[in-house]
Amino acid sequence: MDHLDELESKSIYIIREAYKQFHNIAMLWSIGKDSSTLLWLCRKAFFGKIPFPIVHIDTSYKFKKMIEWRDEYAKKWKLNLIVGRNEEAIKAGMGPKSKLACCTALKTDALKQTIDKYKFKALLLGIRRDEHGIRAKERVFSPRNQEFKWDYKNQPPELWDQYKSKQSDEEHIRVHPLLHWTEVDIWEYIKREKIPIVDLYFAKNGKRYRSIGCECCCSPINSDADNIDKMIHELKTTNTSERAGRAQDKESAYMMQKLRSLGYM
Amino acid sequence: MNIVIVGHVDHGKSTLIGRLLYDTRSLPPDKFEEVKNTCKSLGKDMEFGFILDHLQEEREQGITIDTCQIFFKTPKRNYVIIDAPGHVEFIKNMITGASQAEAAILIIDAKEGVKEQTKRHAYILGMLGLKQIIVLINKMDLVDYKEKRFNEVKDNLIKFLQNLKLKPSYIVPIIAKDGDNIAKRSDKMDWYKGKTFLECLDGFEVMKKNYEKALRFPIQDVYKIDGNRIFAGRVESGTIKNGDEITILPTNTKTKVKSVEKFLKNSTKAGAGESIGITTEDQLFIERGNVISHPNNLPKVTDKIKANVFWMSKKDFNINEMITLKLATQEVSAKIEKIEKKINSATLEEIKQDKNTLKNNEVGTMIIKTLSPIVVDDFNYVPELGRFVFEKDMITSAGGIITK
Repeated sequence: MDHLDELESKSIYIIREAYKQFHNIAMLWSIGKDSSTLLWLCRKAFFGKIPFPIVHIDTSYKFKKMIEWRDEYAKKWKLNLIVGRNEEAIKAGMGPKSKLACCTALKTDALKQTIDKYKFKALLLGIRRDEHGIRAKERVFSPRNQEFKWDYKNQPPELWDQYKSKQSDEEHIRVHPLLHWTEVDIWEYIKREKIPIVDLYFAKNGKRYRSIGCECCCSPINSDADNIDKMIHELKTTNTSERAGRAQDKESAYMMQKLRSLGYM
Repeated sequence: MNIVIVGHVDHGKSTLIGRLLYDTRSLPPDKFEEVKNTCKSLGKDMEFGFILDHLQEEREQGITIDTCQIFFKTPKRNYVIIDAPGHVEFIKNMITGASQAEAAILIIDAKEGVKEQTKRHAYILGMLGLKQIIVLINKMDLVDYKEKRFNEVKDNLIKFLQNLKLKPSYIVPIIAKDGDNIAKRSDKMDWYKGKTFLECLDGFEVMKKNYEKALRFPIQDVYKIDGNRIFAGRVESGTIKNGDEITILPTNTKTKVKSVEKFLKNSTKAGAGESIGITTEDQLFIERGNVISHPNNLPKVTDKIKANVFWMSKKDFNINEMITLKLATQEVSAKIEKIEKKINSATLEEIKQDKNTLKNNEVGTMIIKTLSPIVVDDFNYVPELGRFVFEKDMITSAGGIITK
């Protein structure tokens, strides 16, 4: 087994564990590279037949290409796709003028509404420890209370792949099968497995996106990396961080922490 | 390679990690700027420790609350550093961190020497079975870079570690905040002729998978796909292939492997570490928790085990009280029949009174009885089947290593 095999096997173990323990679960798919990798791993874990829904939280500000991509592969892979939108806030004109309010309404609240509606006991998310300082604190199975709060000061111990297997009615669990992957691991795995990925990541006219989300809050980086090999080379030699182009991380040092303790992915 | 860094509070763990990230250029400049600006806004000088203590609250209190993982690399390989909190209240986080490590760094303040948590952490490393250990004697500047003080701390520590049957691979004098003997050799301690810290780290071996050992394949779940029953799980040791004769425990039934299943791959075999599925020749009742082995080398099936248990819940636990025991994918009701010996993990002194109760941070050797039989191995042979956790009130409350 090489490095990527080990990462893959651990992730599959976690995905299967989450389904076995909580059954009524869903996977969050943002159409980005990480959750697309997670989706691929879910297909592997269940031999092509994912037994739970795939949820996309649509803020209405996503790149058009992402939505087309989502619908194409949902059909191809016979996914049970659920699109969650906070229609009320979208109609009321919520937009990125205030980033904290916008992310909270269109992402966090939309997700809360979706979980309420389908009564999901646990959610699979493609976050990684190396993404952002606060994410390094996460457990693989991470409980949230009814208000979605993350009690990071009082997390359960996690030993030897024994994850939290029981929960109270008020709790729901965030499961993080990619926690141990790095950004370069993700791209090397996408390359090896030939995972289809939306082309916003690849350079056009000297620009590419390193991290994608809402069109209005993502800025491209200067890059000539128009294929995966060039991208991996670029990542191995760069020294700016992955989310440097993401507005929500910049607003203040603690915005990500605030968002996360409010229930943001 | 996963490494854990442990030691007494304020002996310099976070500073060491900040320094490592900086010296190996594993830290993007914008992150460094972010930390620098935050320190400035708090009216403090840049401290390397703040890179890890990324949470606001930790910055204010100045201690690491949770375990935290950071990636860094040397020209030789990639590392995941697990920073574990030294503070007594956060011991469960330290164990969470250390349980994932292949090697450990124990850091000690040269001036203060071996302290309470140095002892407790060393004890836990021993209990978790960690063998590759580097000891760093930090803050050598505070003792005027003296070899004599280094040797005092070193001798004292070695004596203590001998009791725990631990032998450090290296002992290095360092100054984490200045980077002496971390990536580059110190020009203030000529008397030290050994390797720098990074050279020591690169000398360690990556844990090998147990391909050579007996097959242990615990069943995680059963899926019905296209009319086939697929038994899914991870091979914990050994190898399995099409046509193998297999024994299912604890039911003690036998069949043959019809196929080894991996999605989008044509494969007839799998080895330790792989998450796979299998189908069998005969339609047998196989469920989660069953362990598949080859008939010529079976694990033990028992309802009584002797184990070292580390209790890490604020709620006390009494003997004969029911609790859930989780071992690999097995889950059974169990109780502690007898606590043979109990130790205070801080002082490592034996506790003679109150032998019917386990309290937070106590370690005990005990006899455990399970309500139904479980499949186990010697911890030193297949660790995955020689260790377990106790779950109480929906959270993990203890970790245990089977000794018999």
